[in-house]
Amino acid sequence: MLSSVHNWLAYVDFAVEHSDRLLVATLEHIEIIAFAIAIAVPIGVGLGFLITFDDRLATAVIWLAGVMMTVPSIALFGLLIPYFGIGAPSVIVALVLYTQLPVIRNTYVGLNDVDPAALEAGEAMGMTRLQLLRRVQLPIALPVIMAGVRNAVVILIGIATIGAFIGAGGLGDLLFDGISYVRTEMIVVTTVILSLLALAVDYAFSISEQLFRLNNGEQVESSATMRLLQRVIS
Amino acid sequence: MITFEHVTKQYADGTVAIEDVSFTVEEGTTTVLVGPSGCGKTTTMKLVNRLEDPTEGTVYRDGTPLSEFDRIDLRRNTGYVIQEIGLFDHMTVGENIATVPRLNGWDEDEIDARIDELLELMDLPPESYREQHPPELSGGQRQRVGVARALASDPDVLLMDEPFGALDPITRESLQDEFLKIQAELDTTILFVTHSIDEALKMGDRIAIFDVGEVVQYDTPQAILDEPKNEFVEDFIGSDRPLKKLKVTQVEDVMSPPTEEVATAGGVADATAPVQSDGGSTVSPLEPTDTALSALSRLVASEDGRLPVVEDGDVVGTVSDEDIRRSNAGDKP
Amino acid sequence: MSDFVEGLIYLVENSDEVLYHFRGHLELVVVAELAALAFAIPASILAVRHDRIKKVVLGLGNVGQTIPTLAILALALPLLGLGFWPSILGLWAYAILPIIVNTVKGIENVDEEMVEAARGMGMTDWEILRSIQLPLALPVIFAGVRTSIVLVIGTAYLAMFIGGPGLGVMVVGGIQAYDWAQVIAGAIPGALLAIGADLSLSRIERYLGGDGGIDDTTVAA
Ligand SMILES: Nc1ncnc2c1ncn2[C@@H]1O[C@H](COP(=O)(O)OP(=O)(O)OP(=O)(O)O)[C@@H](O)[C@H]1O
Ligand SMILES: [Mg+2]
Repeated sequence: MLSSVHNWLAYVDFAVEHSDRLLVATLEHIEIIAFAIAIAVPIGVGLGFLITFDDRLATAVIWLAGVMMTVPSIALFGLLIPYFGIGAPSVIVALVLYTQLPVIRNTYVGLNDVDPAALEAGEAMGMTRLQLLRRVQLPIALPVIMAGVRNAVVILIGIATIGAFIGAGGLGDLLFDGISYVRTEMIVVTTVILSLLALAVDYAFSISEQLFRLNNGEQVESSATMRLLQRVIS
Repeated sequence: MITFEHVTKQYADGTVAIEDVSFTVEEGTTTVLVGPSGCGKTTTMKLVNRLEDPTEGTVYRDGTPLSEFDRIDLRRNTGYVIQEIGLFDHMTVGENIATVPRLNGWDEDEIDARIDELLELMDLPPESYREQHPPELSGGQRQRVGVARALASDPDVLLMDEPFGALDPITRESLQDEFLKIQAELDTTILFVTHSIDEALKMGDRIAIFDVGEVVQYDTPQAILDEPKNEFVEDFIGSDRPLKKLKVTQVEDVMSPPTEEVATAGGVADATAPVQSDGGSTVSPLEPTDTALSALSRLVASEDGRLPVVEDGDVVGTVSDEDIRRSNAGDKP
Repeated sequence: MSDFVEGLIYLVENSDEVLYHFRGHLELVVVAELAALAFAIPASILAVRHDRIKKVVLGLGNVGQTIPTLAILALALPLLGLGFWPSILGLWAYAILPIIVNTVKGIENVDEEMVEAARGMGMTDWEILRSIQLPLALPVIFAGVRTSIVLVIGTAYLAMFIGGPGLGVMVVGGIQAYDWAQVIAGAIPGALLAIGADLSLSRIERYLGGDGGIDDTTVAA
């Protein structure tokens, strides 16, 4: 009992003592992921949109993106390094590839989720293809796409740690150091930060997803935060 | 005016939806397309706003072939209540109605006023319905919003594909009555689809009866009832044709000139006063525009063999079951 | 492209070495997965029976999915040190998550009316579980097993960092030595193993009545 209290304090001590390094690593981690997401989302949404025109293409693309996802990350880094070199570029390419499934699939599902009768009504009212996309399909698809991006980001937070091994930096560096020097506090504290980061992102995205849904007039189980946000917004 | 000239539509999968269809919808009138499921009614509609193009033949609008119109412009000037309603669930009722005016670039003020006007017209008080989303509405309310949305930019042509389908008989009846009133105020050319012959007889100035892929008879309700072209039409009308006929016949078409008897015995003052029906409640006297069916039902309930017909306080004629029977047999007095 | 070809050549020329590491990899996967099944299925059944355990288990499952695979392996190090068994502990901990989550959800989603009907026929809770709930939940449970296996195949690459065997030895060693041919030769078998396992297991899943789709929150490792 006493020793566990003691350990607990050791972790806090570590976190305080190394707060600078932890902060820098966390920011680096976020930066890599933000970079990857900024590249991955336009590609995934674009592909998700394109495949709405051809069912067979859709099946093939989604299948391929799914297969992509089963490739172990270290193996993928290994396959990419010869072409993109050691460091962040290889990692970012890998991260972009890993996010394609959730983003493409959710875009596709979201765009197709629109009631065919509503699409026909829009067309019959004289909307152009682009107007139909912007005014009818996209508003309905947005929360679904958001959910895909949310899954993608949570996945990336984990995979990006492995990228540290090939020099991409971030919180993975601390895990590898923790392993090399067998420093329990370092491993535990970093793990907690990573988990909190994922939970925070997950939460933030789920809130924004709900806001999109509310905006569409859908019924959402509103949490305390949602009610607060609504009050602030309106 | 909409003209179909020898129009055939074959879909890409080979289905011939309509074949060699010709008819004309006059300016400001309502034409009802009626027929069994799958006979090509919706397809005919879609040819009018170029959601589909004919494989053969031509559709004209005011004498100009549709192929010379820009699809988008044409559609923005054609109201369409689609069969499945197709409201945009992510928009409010107001935004749904505002869709075409927005596409046409109206001012927001103008749009706001129009939304309220249409909601009032549809008997949906704007203050409670404007901001609602379609999923919160009942089926009947959604249908009304669909109609309001189609009317929004005051189109010259209105296409209505079973706008009152999927409603319970009472709601349907009342929406039909409301729409007949609205229709009298508007000066819109309307193409109306239904698979109920009763609705067709009630709503249409003219009726096109479809069998699979073709128009078998195109005529006024009266003419269709008087002279069904063939067995299919007869079957479609049903065995209660005489009753249906009474529904589309007005009292003024069957009444006899006012007789001495009514004028003297009852006296004009008496005849124009509300009379007691057998239930004890008062009903107003028969008017020339009432249906022959309601005249008959009053005759059955009354002790007199002959009832006065009153217009603006004057007796303009009388009607007996003999008159009605005669008209149903085909020869008018 | 030439690097890739060199990698293939390396793969053929050093097939003994590759095979050795591939076997090490498989050992990790099989042992960890069997241990995970042995723990996760009974634990899920217990969880379904007791609301409080269920809440704890599902809560742990949700948080667990936010912990990176590398972190789980790293956490095994201070507990057991370096080598095969610490690697197994880390892989096992990660492998149980999808199985438990899917088993609990699968059993819970069985139509309440069917359970009621069975109870009405006089079945005991245990009989209901065995002859109604488990068979009906099987496709969902199997989907969890599939996710778990694919995940462990990927994560096993990381075992090398805490002294475990497997293809990670080739890839990580190759990266450290800038030997791209060796890296590629180590990456290809694992990638194929993961893809092959997923495709064949998804086929079995579909045969069992599942959809064979991909659960994108848990597969990437
Ligand atoms: N896009 C299409 N492609 C192929 N065939 C079609 C298409 N749309 C309709 N059809 C076929 O054309 C025929 C006429 O269809 P249409 O929808 O015009 O019938 P309808 O009279 O409106 O029927 P309902 O009363 O059921 O609405 C049917 O056989 C239908 O299956
Ligand atoms: Mg139809």
